[in-house]
Amino acid sequence: GRDENAESEEVVHLSRLSRVAVCGGTHGNELSGVYLVRELQKTEKPLEEEDELVSVLVVLSNPRAVQQCRRYTETDLNRCFTHATLNGPESDKTPYEITRSRELNSLLGPKGSPEAVDLICDLHNTTANMGLCLIAYSDHDWICLHIFRYLQANIPVRYIHFDFPPKEAYSLESVGKHGFAIEIGPQPHGVVRSNIYTTMKAGVQHVMDWVRFFNSGTIFEGGSVEVYTMVKNIDYPRDSETHSITAAIHPQLQDQDFCLLHPNDPLFQTFSGETLRYKGKEPLYPFFINECAYYEKGIALSLARRKCVKMPPIQVKTELEHQENEWEFASEEDE
Amino acid sequence: MSSHNTVSFSEARRVAVFGGTHGNEMSGVTLVNLWVKNGAEIQRKGVETKPFITNPKAVEKCSRYVDTDLNRAFTPENLSAPGGDDLPYEVQRAQEINRLFGPKGSPEAYDVIFDLHNTTSNMGCTLILESSKDHFNLQMMNYIKKAIAPASCPVLLNEHPLLKYSTSRSVAKHPVGLEVGPQPQGVLRSNIFEAMRVILKHALDFIELFNEGMEFPPCTVDVFRVSERVDYPRDANGNIIAMVHPNLQDCDWEPLNPGDPMFQTFDGKTIHYEGAGTVYPTFINEAAYYEKQQAFVTTRRETLVASAIRKA
Repeated sequence: GRDENAESEEVVHLSRLSRVAVCGGTHGNELSGVYLVRELQKTEKPLEEEDELVSVLVVLSNPRAVQQCRRYTETDLNRCFTHATLNGPESDKTPYEITRSRELNSLLGPKGSPEAVDLICDLHNTTANMGLCLIAYSDHDWICLHIFRYLQANIPVRYIHFDFPPKEAYSLESVGKHGFAIEIGPQPHGVVRSNIYTTMKAGVQHVMDWVRFFNSGTIFEGGSVEVYTMVKNIDYPRDSETHSITAAIHPQLQDQDFCLLHPNDPLFQTFSGETLRYKGKEPLYPFFINECAYYEKGIALSLARRKCVKMPPIQVKTELEHQENEWEFASEEDE
Repeated sequence: MSSHNTVSFSEARRVAVFGGTHGNEMSGVTLVNLWVKNGAEIQRKGVETKPFITNPKAVEKCSRYVDTDLNRAFTPENLSAPGGDDLPYEVQRAQEINRLFGPKGSPEAYDVIFDLHNTTSNMGCTLILESSKDHFNLQMMNYIKKAIAPASCPVLLNEHPLLKYSTSRSVAKHPVGLEVGPQPQGVLRSNIFEAMRVILKHALDFIELFNEGMEFPPCTVDVFRVSERVDYPRDANGNIIAMVHPNLQDCDWEPLNPGDPMFQTFDGKTIHYEGAGTVYPTFINEAAYYEKQQAFVTTRRETLVASAIRKA
C-alpha cells in the first residue's frame, strides 16, 4: 500500500466516502440505536435529500431481535462477521443471525471487496458507565481517527481499539472499508434514556457533518489523540460446579470505567463480603465494567492500555487522483 | 392508647423469601440461591424461613418470564384452571406455588412472603404494600423505615381496583414486595444487592421481635398510593414516539406538577404533564413496562394509621 508516514506533514489523500451506512438494532435490546434508526428512516430526507456529497443507508440490523426486544434470537449477530462465518456453508439449520449477517454482507459489503460501503457506523448501548466511545479495529485508520478527533471537539468521547486483523474482526462495522461502533452507556437494555439517545443522535450528526466536510475537500490538520487498546478481559469468580458467579463487581470499581486500575485495587466483592483484588502487574484502564451481555461471555470487565497516536493531515482525493488510483492493483486502504 | 385498639395476630411462623419471580432481576436470584445453599443469615428463633426460586426456567434463561409474567399470574381463574402440562409454564408454576405456600386466602397459607424484585427505575429501596388495612405489614414497614433512617424507604401502596395485580406473594396472609433499583435487567450491582439484604434483615428482625411478644404501639406510615398508569405517546401503529423527558428521568417519588416536562419526542419536542394536580410518579422508565403500556405510574401521598399490634 501507499506509504503513510504519520510523522511527516505531507497530506494523505484518501478516497471519498460516497456511501455511508448507519446501523442500529444489531443487538435488539440496545434501544437508542433502534429508535434513532427508526427516526432517521422516518425523516430520511434531511440526510439523503439532493445530497451529492454522500449517500446514506439507514439499516435496522436485526429486526427479529428488535421485535422481541432481545440481544439476539439464536446467536449474537455482532460476532458473525468474520470471513469464516460470512463464507461458510448454508443449510436450513443455519441460525437466523448467520443468515442475516450474510444478507448484511451482501447489502453493505462484501467485506474486503471494492464494492463495500465506505463507512459503517454501528450504534450500540452498554450497561457500563462508559459515556460515549468509538470502538474500532484499527489505530491507524485515519478516517476513523479524524472523525474521532472532530467528535472530541464537540462532545466528550473516547476511542477504543481492538487489535484484530480484518479477517478475524467479527463485528458489523468490519464489513465496510472503514467502520466503527458508537457505544454509549450507561443504559439498561430494553430502555431508552433520553440523555443517551440525544447524545447518540448528536454523535451521528457530527459524523455525517465530518463526512460532508471531508468529501467537499476540507483539509483536516494532523495531530495526536489518545487511544485505549484492549489488552485482556477478566471474568467473574465462579463456582467450579455450577459455573455461577460468586462475587459482584466491587462497589469501588462499579461505574469507574476508564479510571486507572492499579495492582491490588479492589475488583470484586464476594457474597460473603470479601474483597478480591487485581493481581496484574501493570496498571490498566478498565471498561465494559459490568456489561449485562458479557456475563455469558465470561467477561466482568475489559482492560486497556492508553497511548498517544499521531495522525497525518488528510484530504479527499481529487477526481484525477481517484482515477489514477483505479488503475493500481492495490487500493491504498488495503489492510 | 387503650388496649382494645390493639390488633392481635398469630405468631408469624412460616415465612418465605421469593427470588427470581422475574428471572432477570438479579439481586433476588442471587440472594435466594445463596440462602438455599446456606440459610443461616435468614433464620430467626421460632421462624421457619424458606428461600425459594419461584421461576427457575426464567432464571435459567435470564429472562423476565418464559410464557407469561408470573407476577400477574395468581388470578383465581389461573389458580383453578384445569389443563396441567398444557397450561403456560408460569400458570403451572402459580398453581404449584399456591399449593406449597397457600392456598391463597386459606388459614393454611404462609404468614409472610417477601418477594424480591429489581427495577431499572430509580426507586431506591421501595416496599410494596397491597392492603392499607394490613396492620401487621404497616407496623413492619414502620419498623424498617426507622431502622434504616436517615436513608429512606418509600412505601408504595397498590390497592387500586383496576391497577392492582395478582402477585406471587399474594398467596400469603401478609405479602411484602421489595423493589430495589436502579439496576439493569441481567446485571448484579453490589450496592443494590447489599441494600436489599439489609432491608430483609430488618424485616426478619421485626418478625422475631413480634413473635417474642413485643407489642408495637400505634403509628403512622407515609405511603404513596397508586393512582394512574401513564403510557408513552404512541403513533397510530402503536410505536412509541417519545421518551421520558430528561427532567423526569430518575425523579421517582419527586413531585410532578401540571405543566412540568414529561416526555421528549425523538425529534426533540417536549410534552408536558397536564393532570389536575401534583402527583408523585414512580416506576419511571421501567424496562419491563414498555410492553405493558406504562412509562410511569402516578401516586398520591397519604398517611395511614396502623393500630397497635401484638401476638395472640
